[in-house]
Amino acid sequence: MTFQLDATLAARGFEVSLSLGPAETIAILGPNGAGKSTLLSIISGLLRPDAGKATIGEKVLFDLSADTNIWRAPHTRGTALLAQEALLFPHLSALDNVAFGPRSAGASSAAARETAMHWLSEVDADSLASRRPGQLSGGQAQRVAVARALAADPDLLLLDEPMAALDIHAAPLLRRLLKRVLAGRRAIIITHDILDALMLADRVIVLEDGRITEQGPTREVLEKPRSRFAAGLAGLNLVAGTVSDAGVTTAQGMVVAGHQDESVEPGQDGVAVFPPSAVSVFLTEEHGSPRNSFRVIITDLEPHGDQIRVRAGRLSADITPAASADLGLVPGMSVYFVIKAAAIAIYPA
Amino acid sequence: MHRRSGTGYTGIPAWIYAIAAAGALFVLLPLVAMVARVNWSEFIPLITSESSLTALGLSLRTSAASTASCIVLGVPLALILARSPFPGQRLLRAFVLLPLVLPPVVGGIALLYTFGRQGLLGKSLELAGIQIAFSTTAVVLAQTYVALPFLVVSLEGALRTAGNKYEAVAATLGARPGTVLRRVTIPLVLPGLASGAVLSFARSLGEFGATLTFAGSLQGVTRTLPLEIYLQRETDADAAVALSLLLVAVAVAVVGLSYRRPRLGVAPEGALR
Repeated sequence: MTFQLDATLAARGFEVSLSLGPAETIAILGPNGAGKSTLLSIISGLLRPDAGKATIGEKVLFDLSADTNIWRAPHTRGTALLAQEALLFPHLSALDNVAFGPRSAGASSAAARETAMHWLSEVDADSLASRRPGQLSGGQAQRVAVARALAADPDLLLLDEPMAALDIHAAPLLRRLLKRVLAGRRAIIITHDILDALMLADRVIVLEDGRITEQGPTREVLEKPRSRFAAGLAGLNLVAGTVSDAGVTTAQGMVVAGHQDESVEPGQDGVAVFPPSAVSVFLTEEHGSPRNSFRVIITDLEPHGDQIRVRAGRLSADITPAASADLGLVPGMSVYFVIKAAAIAIYPA
Repeated sequence: MHRRSGTGYTGIPAWIYAIAAAGALFVLLPLVAMVARVNWSEFIPLITSESSLTALGLSLRTSAASTASCIVLGVPLALILARSPFPGQRLLRAFVLLPLVLPPVVGGIALLYTFGRQGLLGKSLELAGIQIAFSTTAVVLAQTYVALPFLVVSLEGALRTAGNKYEAVAATLGARPGTVLRRVTIPLVLPGLASGAVLSFARSLGEFGATLTFAGSLQGVTRTLPLEIYLQRETDADAAVALSLLLVAVAVAVVGLSYRRPRLGVAPEGALR
């Protein structure tokens, strides 16, 4: 039973196709407005694409092409949605909220409550059964919402930044809970947090401007990002351009020399990737060493752990506070970013 | 939910209080004047006279019936106006709200030319042996006509405030549209629906112009309390004042019920719109 999706929505510049195994969880990463929520709305049937097809096994969710026009209503899709806000029905107790899915599927009141109780205890919320949503904390409400989504027994669970509205104490708890309940389950989780992708997903998809720019196993994408967004998430600098023997040449004519991957061939599109910690900052240009040296204007300085992160446009360097003070760095200053070629990985984009 | 506190900063200039006090006085003073004019020794006999009780009973029955009609017709209207955008929606809203600003007499005339003996539908109804004009049914129709916008406006506001996020979640949990309406939408906007129904009831209770034009003034059939008051005013001012006070009491009770703070903090703005 594979989940398969192809969908285009011209009004939002959205064009995505993806597939998901029966027990696979993928994380969708991407900047704001990239079309992440659009994707979930299309899958759950809340938004109609211009064209495309989606199936779960034999079940057709929609098939909108030239000669067919199948559109399954949201309530018959089996795609439960968990949003940023818990959105528990305020007039029902936690138990009745969780029992809502089974009740809608035709279960008797008693059977639905039994199922609901099971799922409430599954998310360690059985003691909250009789509470109204107004009496729950954000973390508790989101746990009940997870139970409610699971109690509907969905073929595909859609999670739209479920941790985003929680405070720093509640989020790790919910993340652990999701790790437990998502095991062996098909789910798509939208997130801004790289930790969610690492802990919960088998695979990540990077969505930018309505299109998939990168996908692969989570670890691989983070270790060898090919898109600027994924590099940003992994905390790496990424320079894209054309590969030559000298390194990667950008459209602006900047050449970055580095350690070239065996698979990369001259003339190909490639990326040069290096961590900010490999970047040194100098006030004058260094000569005579096999190094990359780029003149940049500092845009921002910010604390980053026990280091200072020096941002210059899209590149960043991590240096010690002492070094920053010695150099007298301030935004607007012109400096040189220097990186050893050995610290730069070059591979195909 | 924000509770009014006596110590918090309000940001209201002092002169606003003076004008607000004048406004409150403007509303209260006529009531006081009327109460002062009541012939208390005759009060009980006046309001318990046969014609008064008949009129009061008719008023309460027809107002209850028209409130029910308003709910039956108004809930779908409000849902359609608040939820699904369609061409001509603004126009439909304008027409639904028209009775709010239309002189009731005009509404009565319009109804007469619709349901009256020579009216648009009246002719066919007459052939079917149904006569509506100058019957109790006509009173209910006239009241529904003028009271419907109150329910629609109030409920549409509540629906818009509540948004459709809960409905979307309910659908993805497997609830069919009918279930969503019954178990999610209506319970969420219940305060708005209740206040809309109460306002419709109050408007129906006070309806005069459309009723007189379309239904006439037959004792026990179409003569509601406002019509009875108007009639008594010509002959027996004491009776008119006593009955007016009765109507004020009913209205105050109704509005008092309506404007209590909603228990659930779901759609407080919508509920009070």
